[in-house]
This record gives sequence, structure tokens and C-alpha cells, in this order.
Amino acid sequence: MQILPPVSIGTNRLLPRSWDLLAGILIMGAVVLFADASRELVQPLASLSRSPISLEPSQLPEYAFRTALRMLVAMAFSLVFTFTYATWAAKSTRAGAVLVPLLDILQSVPILGFISVTVVFFLSLAPGRILGAELAAVFAIFTSQAWNMAFSFYQSLRTVPIELTEAARMFRLSAWARFWRVEAPFALPPLVWNMMMSMSGGWFFVVAAEAISVGHTTVVLPGIGSYIAAAIAAKSLAAIGWAILAMLVVILIFDQLLFRPLVAWADRFRIDAEPSDEESASWVLRMFRRSKLLDALGTPFDKLMRWTWRFALPGRGPRLERAPSRIGGLVWYAVLVAVGAYAAWRISAFVDASLGFAEVLRAFLRGLATLARVIVLIALASLIWTPVGIYVGLRPHLSRVVQPVAQFLAAFPANLVFPVVVSLIVARELNPDIWLSPLMVLGTQWYILFNVIAGASALPRELRDAGRNLQVKGWLWWRKVGLPAVLPYYVTGAITASGGSWNAAIVAEVASWGHRTLHAYGLGAYIADATSQGDFPKIVLGIVVMSFFVVVVNRLFWRPLYWYAERKFRLA
Amino acid sequence: MDALLDIHDVRRSFPRPGGDDLLVLDGVDLSLHEGEIVGILGRSGSGKSTLLRLIAGLASPQHGTLSYMGKPIEGPARGIAMVFQSFALFPWLTVLENVQLGLEALALPDKEIRTRALAAIDLIGLDGYESAYPRELSGGMRQRVGFARALVVNPNILLMDEPFSALDVLTAENLRTDLIELWSQHKLPIKGIVLVTHNIEEAVQMCDRALLFSTNPGRVTTEIKIDLPHPRERSDPRFEDYVDRIYVEMTARRIERARPVQTAGYIPEGPLTPVSANAISGLIEAVAAPPYNGAADLPDIAGDLQLEIDELFPIAEVLQMLRLCDMEGGDIKLTPTGKRFADADNNERKEIFARALTSYLPIVAHIRRVLDERASHTAPRRRFVDELEDKMTEDAADETLRAIISWARFAELFSYDDESETFSLENPT
Repeated sequence: MQILPPVSIGTNRLLPRSWDLLAGILIMGAVVLFADASRELVQPLASLSRSPISLEPSQLPEYAFRTALRMLVAMAFSLVFTFTYATWAAKSTRAGAVLVPLLDILQSVPILGFISVTVVFFLSLAPGRILGAELAAVFAIFTSQAWNMAFSFYQSLRTVPIELTEAARMFRLSAWARFWRVEAPFALPPLVWNMMMSMSGGWFFVVAAEAISVGHTTVVLPGIGSYIAAAIAAKSLAAIGWAILAMLVVILIFDQLLFRPLVAWADRFRIDAEPSDEESASWVLRMFRRSKLLDALGTPFDKLMRWTWRFALPGRGPRLERAPSRIGGLVWYAVLVAVGAYAAWRISAFVDASLGFAEVLRAFLRGLATLARVIVLIALASLIWTPVGIYVGLRPHLSRVVQPVAQFLAAFPANLVFPVVVSLIVARELNPDIWLSPLMVLGTQWYILFNVIAGASALPRELRDAGRNLQVKGWLWWRKVGLPAVLPYYVTGAITASGGSWNAAIVAEVASWGHRTLHAYGLGAYIADATSQGDFPKIVLGIVVMSFFVVVVNRLFWRPLYWYAERKFRLA
Repeated sequence: MDALLDIHDVRRSFPRPGGDDLLVLDGVDLSLHEGEIVGILGRSGSGKSTLLRLIAGLASPQHGTLSYMGKPIEGPARGIAMVFQSFALFPWLTVLENVQLGLEALALPDKEIRTRALAAIDLIGLDGYESAYPRELSGGMRQRVGFARALVVNPNILLMDEPFSALDVLTAENLRTDLIELWSQHKLPIKGIVLVTHNIEEAVQMCDRALLFSTNPGRVTTEIKIDLPHPRERSDPRFEDYVDRIYVEMTARRIERARPVQTAGYIPEGPLTPVSANAISGLIEAVAAPPYNGAADLPDIAGDLQLEIDELFPIAEVLQMLRLCDMEGGDIKLTPTGKRFADADNNERKEIFARALTSYLPIVAHIRRVLDERASHTAPRRRFVDELEDKMTEDAADETLRAIISWARFAELFSYDDESETFSLENPT
């Protein structure tokens, strides 16, 4: 499967447009709305840990199953969101103008921040019952999965080859049939890739979302995340070892039973006529394809779909292009302006009531500290993994082994390993400002490694031979051949790694072992502390400042770098 | 006899960022009768594909009427099917599923869908490939699927948009003869064909009438009736006569269009085609060399150089614009400057070319002047793009600049840095 760039650099536009501003205001308004609602729910909700988490390893399969189930439910919601939201954005120019910047900004909002502001709200939906907490966890996972899937689907819908659309229209397929026969299949391979990336990122957040305290509200949902939290409180390294093992097994099962078959199956929908260089194989897919039972189960569904294709929506048959109505446009923009104004009003009321300029400055300075950490750590990870990745990628027998391991490590939720490191820091009395930092890239550095490996293996044989033929060796080789060849891939990996590190800061800059809690100076710790104190104005401020940093770094640094690398170094 | 298709006074334009519209088709009349193959011949950009999309109901004209069997065309009509240049097969559907697609939309019973699809596959010679995916097939086989898919809905009119141009010569010939054979034996369900092509021989081989299209805006300039029985032989002298006649017609029009390049101001009237300096030198050398010795018959030299008309004309047009050759009555003739160019060594060639560029292509002289006048001797690309976009679309302006940059580089008039998007006088030292 070829590696796709992160969807966040889909455009090479740098300067924000007014639509971006509106999107920012709308999202901030939504966050404020949630936080406000939560602040007013004053009564401390009963703690939901009815059945306390047991550290018995025999309980782990059940916990792991629950965790996996949450992931699947969130994935189902994400797919529904993708098919509706992205389709609407792609089909309607008017809606797209605001929906796309919304997605773009949403991608930059720290996911753990979503949990902090929404968990109380969800709990209040089903007071005293476990359902609300489950909803909050699923929503948090959803926010880690949905945006990039929707973005990828949107980008695919906008790039369906014109001849395919025309052919479908010539045969008078209805819009509904066109969606399922032309557009959705065309969008499938990138969507599957992004689902895989989403899942891989999602494990981190499901672990974090299962055991969380917002002020007086404590949520403990049975699952691997809560198990880890209990193990930390009990200072049990053995239990943490068991949890890591259970997670390994779960990720392996997902890989074998879900994603390998999906990727192999999606291969058929690739538009480039060239057969893929490495045949994606999956024993599960083979089994499905040979099984008569599944055929029998699928046929009625298939028939039903075919049957629905025969009906065009009334009055929406094949039609010629027409100018959009002016009145509709006016109404639409009026609604947008009204909603934007309402959001702005809520935000200003919220800020007035609770935050001074000094607080904003404090959050901003902490943001700079976290930024410095991200920069240093990504640079360090790049220095280490780029040469390693190139070395591995040029040796097929080696990359066959290392590549899946790197991809697996990227999916593995690094927060499971945090306690091991934190226990060391506590035992050795190390400086948390320095030694907590590596936790931020613990899980995300692998994106750099596997992207660089992919880039190096894609270097054409002839180019390598030409280099050897011209006696290009040593530093000259790295400068003129190795590094330029992998640059587009490296940037792709580094963007994902840096985005992930910002998110990880919220759980990495504050860490506990038993009764000891370590704090590093940074925006992540700021958000985490505000969350545990239930201080909603500070949570919102932290989220907004972090989103701001992520958006700015993306626009000013990663996007230009990506497009530069893409133009200059991409091997056609 | 009533016409299958009647097109009257059709105009179609596309909006441009600058404000005024780009006229692609203007005052086009066309009719198709039962049992007829009509060919539309013209250069790319002459709007012939746009016309085909209007007939297919995929777009609508700003002015004029299109009617199919007496009824106006509003949206894709049942009974008009199209074959696409790039095949437009759905890569995730098998051959059989691709062919069935159009029938499924007609809401026919499953059994009938299957029998009819299999019959079409049989007719077009795809037996045994039913379960293959398009990517497993060669280009020729893929286009056969395209034909089967179009024919299976039993259309009255078949529209073909350069259906053979993505295929190699041998495969294209094979597919053409098969198709003509089926057509003349009345085995195809269709009553009439509209074929868009830029290949003159293809038009003479297949069509009963050929309509020649002009560029900017596209309109029908000449209609040539081709009165030969099928199968037509290329070696037949009458076949060659028709090919020559079309060449003469097409070059005659080119002259009146290519002459008034020097307009008021320095912005060229139409977009320039990026033709490589190698191709320019190559054509001059070929015309200068025996057996042509300075003057050649266009069909002859096209065949000799294995160039299609669509590839030869842009090169010849640039030569004519730069006064390195003349085109008249289907012939190409070197001017004295052209002859000097042919005899010169590489450095002299660059000089001759540079002089020709600055004399006959005012935009080049303009860019050079701007660079000379500025203290930094650099200018951003944006500046010239903006000037060009007053007269042409964004894409056309982009292409025109690419052409200018490539010629200026050959002539060493100025250089261009793609990363910073700036023109400059300096050459890297």
C-alpha cells in the first residue's frame, strides 16, 4: 500500500482567508458552549466506578474487548460522519466554503481537550448511568478519527475523473447510484488508508479517555486505559507489563482481521491501472472470497442496493448546470453570519467573565515552552530515524521486517509505556522539565521511521545504480541522493509526528507514579491541570492556545516545506 | 428523411477570470442522417469535444438549438451513447459489470441485462474476458469494452471522442476495420455515428462526410463529402486525393490565422503552444534535407517523420510565426532565414532564433525590455501572467509562458527560476 500524505496539507495556501477565521470562531464557540454547560452542572456526579478495576491479568481479555469495542463504535460513527459531512461539503459550493475550513481547524484542536470539555456534558445526558461516560469516551475517539477521514473523502470526491462522471451520467445513473458506483469506490483506497491512520492514532486516546477526572467528576470505564490507571496508582510494574501485552495482541488482531483484508480488498478500487508492485495479500480476505456462506449472506444486500439504484430522486434526474439562486445564497450567508456572531458573543462573554490578559499571556508562554519541546524532539527523532530509515529502506530484506514493526509501534499507544519511564524518573529524582519531554515523541517518532523507509524503498534502482556508477559516496551521496529522495516522505512523517506530539503533551507533561505527580512547565500540563481542577475557563483557554500554535506551525512551516519537497524532490 | 440529429447555430463559451467569456463554439450547424458517419476534424482546442458533450447532453449551449429525433436535447438522452478517448471504464468493475452498468440504470430484469450484455461482449469480440478487470486488459481490449458498453443500450446515435487516439497504430487500425466491418454489414444497433478526430486518414477511412473545424472560436469551415465504398484502401489514389484535399483546406485556413500575429500591443491574440526547440530544429532540418530540399508536401513529411497532424501543425505554426517557413496549399517551404538556420552551427542557430523571437513575438521583446530596464534585471512571473490573463484563460496563459520560457532558454535571451518564479537576465555561472 502506498503511503499517503496527511490530509492537513491538502492545499498549499498559507494565508488564512476569512472562512478560516469564521471556522475558528465557530469551533471556539462550540468549545465554549460545552464548557459553559459543564460549568453549570454543579452537582458532583456520582463516581462511576461501580465495579472497581481489578489488576488480575485474567480480567484483561474482557477489558481489552471493551476497549476494542469502543474503537469500533467510534469508527462506525466516523464513517457515517464521513459519508454525510464530506459529501455535503463536496457537492455544495456554499456549504463547502465553511465546512472545509472547519475540518481544517478541527484537525488542529487537541483531542484530549475535547474530552475535558465534553465529558461532563455527556454524563449529564444520562445522569448516574454508565452510558453517558461511554458516550464521552466514544466521542473522544471519534474526534481523533473523523476529521482526517472526512477530509480524505472530500478530497477524493473533488477529484473523481471527469470521464467517469460523464460516463455515469451518459448511462443516466441517478445521483444515489453514482455515489455508490462511482464516487465512493473511487474514494475508497485513500479512505481505507486514513481509517488505518485514525485507528492507529485512536488507541492513544481510548487509553486516555477511559480513566479521566474533570474536577469532581471521575470516569472509570472498564478497559485497558483504566487498568493502566489502576496499575499506576498501585505502582505495579507487573500489571503494566500485562496491559502492554494485551494491547499488543489487540492491535495484532485488528491488523490481521480488519485492516489487512480491507487494504487488500481496496486495492481493486485504485484508479491507476498499474498493478501494485507488492501484491497485498490477506489470508482473511482469501477466506472470505472463497466462502460460500458469506456470498449467500451478501447477495440479498447487494440485490437491495442494486434495486435502489433504479430510482432517481423525484425531480432530480439528469440536469444541466444552472446558476445557484441568489436568494438561497443570501439566506445561507445570513445564517452563517448569525451563527458566527452568536459564537463570537458567547466567546466574549465567557472570556470577560473569567479570564484576564495575564492568564492569556501565561498560557501563551507555556505554549512556547511546549513548542520548544516539540521542535527539539522532532529534530532529535529526525536525526536518528532518517539515516536509519534510509539504511533500512535500501535493503529490501531488512525493510520487509522493520517496516511492519515500525507501523505497529506507531499504532501502539505510547501512554501505556509512560508509567515505566515515569517510575524511573521518580526513582532517580530526574528533572521532569527535561525527562518528561521524550514521552511526547515516544509514540510519534515511528511515523518518521516508516515514512522514510517507504521513501528509500521507492528510490528507483536506476538512480541508485547511476549514483554508484558515478562513484558518489559518503556525505556527497547523502546530500545529493539519499536525503533528497526521501524528503517528501520524511516531511509527511514529520507532520504526523509533530501533530501527534502536541496531543501527547497533555498526558506527557503531567505524569504520576503512585502518589507522586510530576509536572513539566508547558501548555500540556496547563490543560491537564485545569482539567483535573475542573477549571473550565482555563481548559478552554488552553485548548484555544494549543490549536492556535498547531495551526500556525502547520501553515508557516509544514505546509510550505511539504509543497517545496513535493515540487522539487518527488520522483514522478 | 428526417434527421437523427439537428444542430442549429450553437454557441458555447466559458467564463474567464478576467470577465469576458472565452468563445469556444460559434454558429455551429450540423445534421446527422440515418446510416451516416459524420467526422468532425480539427485541432485540439477547436471545441470539437465540447460539441460532442453538448450532443451528449452533458453540457448546454448558451445559444442555438440541438435536437435529437425532433426533440430538444435537455440532459443525457436515451438513445445517445458515447465512447471516450480515455475509455472511462470503471476500474473496480469487471468487463461484464462495466457493460451491464448502462442496462442496470434502465431498470431491466436481471436476466435480460445478462443476456444483452453477453451478446454485446460477443459482438465486439470480448468473449472470454467477461470476468477480467480493466487493468488486466491491453489498451485495444479496453476500448472494445468501451464500445460494448456503449452499444449494449441499443443507442440510435454513437458518439466517439477520438476513440483510437490513445491506442498504438496497429491496434487502432485493427479496431477501426472491425468497427467499419460491423457497421457496413449492419450488425450494429446504431443508426448514425459522430466521430471526433484529429487524424485525417482516420476520417477519410471511416466517414461519409467530414466537417473541418476552425480554432478560436470553433466553427465549421468546410464540409467534404467522402464518396468511396467500404472497405476503403489507403493505397487507392482516390483515398490519397481526399487526404490531400483536407490537408490543403486545413493549411489554407491556418495561413490567414497565423499571419496577423502582430497585434496592437504585445500580448499574443491566442495562446502559444509549447513546442520544444529540438522539434523546431528537427522539422527545419528535415525540410532542408533531401528529398525535400527546402519545400515539402505536408502529408508526405508527416508520414516520413511519423507525426500526427496534431503534432506536426503546432511545430509548423511556430515556424511560420517566426518567419522560418511558409505554409501554402498543403506545402511547407523554408524562408531564406529558415535555410540559414538549417545550415548554421549551434551558436548561430541560437542567434537566428533569438532575432526571430524578438522581431516576430512582441511579448518576448517586451519581457526582455522589462528585464533590461530594471536595476535588478529580474521580474516576477506574476507580472506577465497578469498581462496575459487579460487576453486568455489561466491555463492558456500558463502554457503560453511555458512556451516563451522554453524558447528564450534555447535562444539564451533570458532565464527563469522555477522555484522563486522569477525571470532574470543572469545565466548560472
